[in-house]
Amino acid sequence: MSEAAGELKITNELIAKYDKDTKTVFGFWVYLMTDCVLFASLFAVFAVLRHNTYGGPTAQNLFSLPYVMLETMALLTSSFTAGLALLSAQRKRLKHTLFWFGVTFTLGLTFLVLELAEFSRFVAQGDSWRRSGFLSSYFTLVGTHGLHITIGLIWMIVMMVFILKRGLNDTTLKRIRMLSLFWHFLDVVWIFIFTIVYLFGVLGV
Amino acid sequence: MKNNSRNEAVDVMVSMHQPEEATLKKYVIGFVGSLVLTFSAYLLTQYGAMNKPVMVIILAVLALSQFVLQLVYFLHVGKEFSPRLKLLVTIFMVMIVFILVAGSIWIMNNLNGRMMTHSNMVKYMNSQDGL
Amino acid sequence: MMHIFNLMASFWLGRLSLKALPPNPIQWFGASLIILVPGMIAVLLTVTKRWKWLYKEWITTQDPKKIGVMYILVAIGMLLRGGADVALIKTQQALSVGASHGILSASHFQQIVTAHGTIMIFFVAMGLMFGIINLIVPLQIGSRDVAFPFLNATSFWLFFFGMVLVNASLVLGDFAATGWLAYPPLSELRYSPTVGVDYWIWSLQIAGVGSLLAAINFIVTILKMRVKGMNFMKMPMFVWSVLGSMLLVAFAFPILTATLTLLALDRNLGMHFFTSGAGGNMMMYVNLIWAWGHPEVYILILPAFGVFSEVVATYSKKRLFGYTSMVWAIAAIVLLSFIVWLHHFFTMGAGSDVNAFFGIMTMIIAIPTGVKLFNWLFTMYRGKIRLDSPMLWFIGFVVIFTIGGMAGVLMAVPPIDFQLHNSLFLVAHFHMMIVGGVVFADFAAITYWFPKIFGFKLNETLGRWVFWLWLVGFLMSFIPLYILGFMGATRRLDHYSASLGWQQLFIVSGIGAALIGAGVGVQLLQFAYSIYKRKDNRDKTGDPWDGRSLEWSLPSPVPFYNFARLPEVSSRDAFWEAKKSRLKDRRKYEDIEIPKNTPLAFMIAALAFIFAFTVVWHIWWLAVIALLSIITLIIVRSMDEQTDYILKASEVEKLDSLYLKGAKL
Repeated sequence: MSEAAGELKITNELIAKYDKDTKTVFGFWVYLMTDCVLFASLFAVFAVLRHNTYGGPTAQNLFSLPYVMLETMALLTSSFTAGLALLSAQRKRLKHTLFWFGVTFTLGLTFLVLELAEFSRFVAQGDSWRRSGFLSSYFTLVGTHGLHITIGLIWMIVMMVFILKRGLNDTTLKRIRMLSLFWHFLDVVWIFIFTIVYLFGVLGV
Repeated sequence: MKNNSRNEAVDVMVSMHQPEEATLKKYVIGFVGSLVLTFSAYLLTQYGAMNKPVMVIILAVLALSQFVLQLVYFLHVGKEFSPRLKLLVTIFMVMIVFILVAGSIWIMNNLNGRMMTHSNMVKYMNSQDGL
Repeated sequence: MMHIFNLMASFWLGRLSLKALPPNPIQWFGASLIILVPGMIAVLLTVTKRWKWLYKEWITTQDPKKIGVMYILVAIGMLLRGGADVALIKTQQALSVGASHGILSASHFQQIVTAHGTIMIFFVAMGLMFGIINLIVPLQIGSRDVAFPFLNATSFWLFFFGMVLVNASLVLGDFAATGWLAYPPLSELRYSPTVGVDYWIWSLQIAGVGSLLAAINFIVTILKMRVKGMNFMKMPMFVWSVLGSMLLVAFAFPILTATLTLLALDRNLGMHFFTSGAGGNMMMYVNLIWAWGHPEVYILILPAFGVFSEVVATYSKKRLFGYTSMVWAIAAIVLLSFIVWLHHFFTMGAGSDVNAFFGIMTMIIAIPTGVKLFNWLFTMYRGKIRLDSPMLWFIGFVVIFTIGGMAGVLMAVPPIDFQLHNSLFLVAHFHMMIVGGVVFADFAAITYWFPKIFGFKLNETLGRWVFWLWLVGFLMSFIPLYILGFMGATRRLDHYSASLGWQQLFIVSGIGAALIGAGVGVQLLQFAYSIYKRKDNRDKTGDPWDGRSLEWSLPSPVPFYNFARLPEVSSRDAFWEAKKSRLKDRRKYEDIEIPKNTPLAFMIAALAFIFAFTVVWHIWWLAVIALLSIITLIIVRSMDEQTDYILKASEVEKLDSLYLKGAKL
């Protein structure tokens, strides 16, 4: 490492300064970890209530895997493009950054619309969150994820405005790093929703 | 605190550090890997013909692999100076999540298993005075 | 016509109407106090022309020291409120025997007990704890600020408005009558249709989010902002204990947030998480709330342990015995406190395997706690002990905490717990842990660090009076409860038969509570008298107790930038070593970044209050507006990049020499 930096050595002092610069990102990481615990509580509730259908539909009657797969692909791809946005930002390519954020936003919005369409289909056929303990926990768990996606989308708009106004300075870059972390994190949570809610649900576990 | 030469040094160091943290290669590996894992899980569930316990184990392993894959390749866990605080906090989170979810399921299943069935409950209530 | 009027009213005002005003004289009295006290403060501010001062110095401040002081002021105010609840509870229990039904209706009594528990835990114990953490942690780690000052201010104001919401329930509507953890199905809409439970949910929700943000803040502060040279094993023990506690907050409070949200969804959107029908499972609520609730106990007690570690070492003039084992004890407690939650509901009917596991874990967690106790005693051994009031609080703590702790280990045995569950024995146990442990430590901390923050000492004679009144009153109040618990008296008991022969014990307990009340009175007197006589008690050295950690190297009161020059640390007890070595100081002054004041933190929290209040009363249009305004304010804040200003090195030097001369700025 020290060779690449020429005569510079990585001293404790430098690391301390580096730590100071990254403390916001680290703080955001701690927040994400606490959010994981929030989701874990909802997963626990879902796991406990998943068979409490009270005469209503079971997961097997309700879910269509190809549709969920479509949502999953939209979100997974958006996670990838969010990474590309960060990469472009680090290389100070403003237009690329905006472009990749645009793509991420579109994919995220697609995911959200697909999810809401699924929700409204369930509600329209009489299977709303009032129907049973299972449906309450389904709507709340998946809906909380959807709420996070919504917040992420709003943040992305604000971020793009910010990039346009201020350019890719240190503050912007720091925030882009956090936004991309947030977005990847939402995809990580979705892995478990996909597996536990949908795949296990369709299997009737 | 504003020390220019030091700031420059930090800039150099940070830029040295960042390619390690986020590169196109890593994102591509993460993306392709996740695609493979997701499709395996999907196809196995949709078309596989294994019994439930085996499927649960396979799906859980696939999900956990994807979790670790995305942590490393998308969220860059494990790439930082010592002390690896980000890694430590993450491990602590995984532990708490495991305790909370596994503990809740264990406790609630145990309680449910010891509950009266509905028909027995009705019988019992009918046998009590005033009910 | 009337119909349209009603429709309009229910749109604009939700459930709010004149019927929400208090129904009986006792509640009227409470309500008028809640209005009168802030009213009098407002009049006082107007008369002394201090509104501007309030705004500039306190409401917009980003300084953790001022925020810490505000936390403690709110907590003391709430101690009085919770104490007034105690007065009513004890009077009721002493009088309501046989034919007499005391002074309160059953429902009102339950509301008071619920409010007492909620307020004492969330707004007194947590408030005192966060106050002391804000005051001391940055000083002890040699930092000029916390990691995120704006977030810190927001946390405080969320805590503040959570408190306001609890107290608003005295004036408008009612409070939950469900006990402090609001178990369903009693707390479900069907059985608690009024706004009481909603007040409970939303005040905890606001305060809880505030605590979570504060925890993240202090985790980052401690992990990332320690002064050069202070590695993990050189941190003061108080900082270690705060780190443990904050990790618990960060990883336990999301469970509370989730649980409260689910209950709110049940009540407002007709979901079925914890309902008794339609596939709900009320036992899951109990499971989740204690998965948060048990760590919460250790969240409160760990910083208390930290305080005593500092106090004992200082007043024994010895370095803390067994530092490494103390650190490992904290680590063990942090982990174990997440694996014992079922002991709060042994009686719910889990099998012996589950109950045995959690029973054994509960007994194991007593071991690291015991390690700490012995370490303090060994620290005292052959030390030069000064029995000043912080040390008295410590000794009182050792006695009470040991009695209460033994009772706890007893109840960790499931068959015994089946006898004692929800009895007054349990009530006595947890009061001994939380009052004898947490509150005593907080009082010790306030006495110990008071001169550091305000520049003068508290009156020691009155301090001793406070301690003895508290100790005697406390034992008198709670020892009878152990006996009553054995005899079968349950908690939240508002009436009992005369033939049981419990009345004398309840009366003794009531007298004990009155003694504690006198203790609180003397405490207020102590503050007033010490402020009046502050010139005689000035702390001119900055090191009144011959302290060991970095905060004592600063002048008292601490300047707003904390450290004019950052200290250098090469050992534990950094200041103690520095005092002995007398090396020449070669450190240079440098520019300091200071966060600018901003009203945004206050405004965001105030909007959160409006949001919560309107959700409680179903005034949906205003709730939506409040929520959108919060988002807007957050965006506004994020657009501002000039949040700091620079204090030039030359100015720092000037200010520092003034402070060292003892000028009061």
